[in-house]
Amino acid sequence: MAADFKDMETNWEAYRKLFLIRAFEERLETLFAEGKIPGFVHTYIGQEAIAVGVCANLRTDDYITSTHRGHGHAIAKGIDLNGLMAEVFGKVTGICKGRGGSMHVADFSKGILGANGIVAAGTVIAAGAGLSIQTRQEDQVVVCFFGDGGINKGTVHEAMNFCSVKNLPVVFVCENNQYAQFTSRKLTTSVSDLSLRGAAYGMPAVSMDGNDLLEVVEVSQKAIADARVGMGPTLVVADTYRFGGHYVGDPQAYRSKEEVAQSRRRDPLLLFENHLILQGLADKEALELERESILELVDKAVAFAEQSEYPEVRSVIDYVFTDVTEK
Amino acid sequence: MTMRSISFGQATVEATAAAMREDETVVVTGEDIGWGGNFGQFKGLLEEFGPKRVLDMPISEALILGSAVGAAVTGLRPVASLSFVEFTMGAMDEIINQAAKFRYMFGGQVSVPMVVRASDGVLRSSGAQHSESFEAFFSHMPGLKVVAPSNPADAKGLLRSAIADDDPVIYLENKKITFRKGEVPEGDYRIALGEASVARSGSDVSLITYSVMAQHALEAAQVLFEEHSVEAEVVDLRTLVPLDIESVLTSVAKTRRAVICHEAWTFGGFGAEISSQINEHLFGELAAPVVRVGARSAPIPFSPPLERELVPEASEVVEAVLRTVKL
Repeated sequence: MAADFKDMETNWEAYRKLFLIRAFEERLETLFAEGKIPGFVHTYIGQEAIAVGVCANLRTDDYITSTHRGHGHAIAKGIDLNGLMAEVFGKVTGICKGRGGSMHVADFSKGILGANGIVAAGTVIAAGAGLSIQTRQEDQVVVCFFGDGGINKGTVHEAMNFCSVKNLPVVFVCENNQYAQFTSRKLTTSVSDLSLRGAAYGMPAVSMDGNDLLEVVEVSQKAIADARVGMGPTLVVADTYRFGGHYVGDPQAYRSKEEVAQSRRRDPLLLFENHLILQGLADKEALELERESILELVDKAVAFAEQSEYPEVRSVIDYVFTDVTEK
Repeated sequence: MTMRSISFGQATVEATAAAMREDETVVVTGEDIGWGGNFGQFKGLLEEFGPKRVLDMPISEALILGSAVGAAVTGLRPVASLSFVEFTMGAMDEIINQAAKFRYMFGGQVSVPMVVRASDGVLRSSGAQHSESFEAFFSHMPGLKVVAPSNPADAKGLLRSAIADDDPVIYLENKKITFRKGEVPEGDYRIALGEASVARSGSDVSLITYSVMAQHALEAAQVLFEEHSVEAEVVDLRTLVPLDIESVLTSVAKTRRAVICHEAWTFGGFGAEISSQINEHLFGELAAPVVRVGARSAPIPFSPPLERELVPEASEVVEAVLRTVKL
């Protein structure tokens, strides 16, 4: 389903999603600081245009695999916001009933095959979903989101080779946010242009500005359309920058404040906002109103999560197996 | 049903073919499938079902099992083979972190109906990386079912159930018995996972065992009866997870003596779990301490006399039983 950005509503919808992800993640930073969220939180701030731009070209029955930094992908693919927030709180109303948490959100009814705490684990899972589509002779597509940290994993090599040799409908979207956890890509990766890796698999590969929503839409649209009509996989490298630390609370000793400030000048949200205003598709007041209504959605999600119960402790063994319960 | 003598490997082909005829979502993937497999365990499947359902995969273990996970959560029932069980080590993330955890971690949204087939155990000096038995740590991980048949008839019925099962099943086929023939019913049948069988009745001691050691235990029981007038009962677990502990306890409550036999290392082995459960339930009723027969803690050596020294067979079972019945 190709997104039509000549259409006003498509632009607005993209803006809403960009801001929703930003607002959701910024709220999590606050909630985490207040001690309201257990575990760790990895935010997607600065990379929103990639998830939103790519998923604008997907159908509900298309699949995505995601990463430990997965809230943005899940929101862009249509996860229920209340269920997502409650999951991050560990509540029974969470999308995974509190079993997963921030790093393991999934909504299979929306084709979200899971955020994943293991780096680049989604690549081989995506290959399997692609194989499944091909075997069932459907025209769905799988988008595999992973990062520049993940690109050095063996699973990427195994998955890309297989998807290429079988011509599977899988689009690999590598979000090059410059840091593999706490280590610069420059210290760990053999090539600075990550799209060069595609050649090893005989796979078309392209780099794009991951902060420019319209460029993401355009580039991923072609890759997804190709996959859908049986032309096989593409590697799409989205160059971007992780505004936050690896996790909320990361002291970020490995990079300078100047570097972060410099990168924030190319904030994907502001870039798209400016585009909308310059093109006369929106004015500042209208965008402000839209942002307020989205902040209300996030408020409601937080209230829903806070008011929800924790899972009953006696249910701790539930869902290990489909048909076996502990005696 | 009509019986005839076929090998363990042939019996598994029959089970797979029956499952594939019944359910078109069943696919077989793995290393060296098309030509029939090292043990003839895939012979004829490619010819009957074609390359879309019988896939020769690259030697990419993470891909083979990761794609099985991805396929299993999107509508297929993959049966993925890794030839030798040591090769699962290249895909432990996919088995342990993905297949075993998906259902629980995602709050019961999905099941992961996949089977991992792998050959284990010692066979004619195959060396340290092609001779081992890893059922202990597969059984240790919540979310995996583990099957270890000892004879062709069980192999067929258990594999049929494993493929129909909605959870990930590790199906371990011991190399020494894969070529061995036995009486197998001709038609289609299933043996439920989690049901042990009493392979031989006796009143003096219970031999708790599975896989190839069940064959050695039966030999040992015959020797014990003929040469020592000891009547040993042989309980073949067949499935380690779910574990049919009731059958074990029923037998040991009767004989008051238990010898647990497996080819894998004794230290930290599956026998330790059974021993512990016997002690928890029957401590005051035992006439002798529970004894384990297994391998000493060393990688499996190459040289034939060393290999035989490390890994137990029937004679070691006889010795252990004689020690325990004297108490």
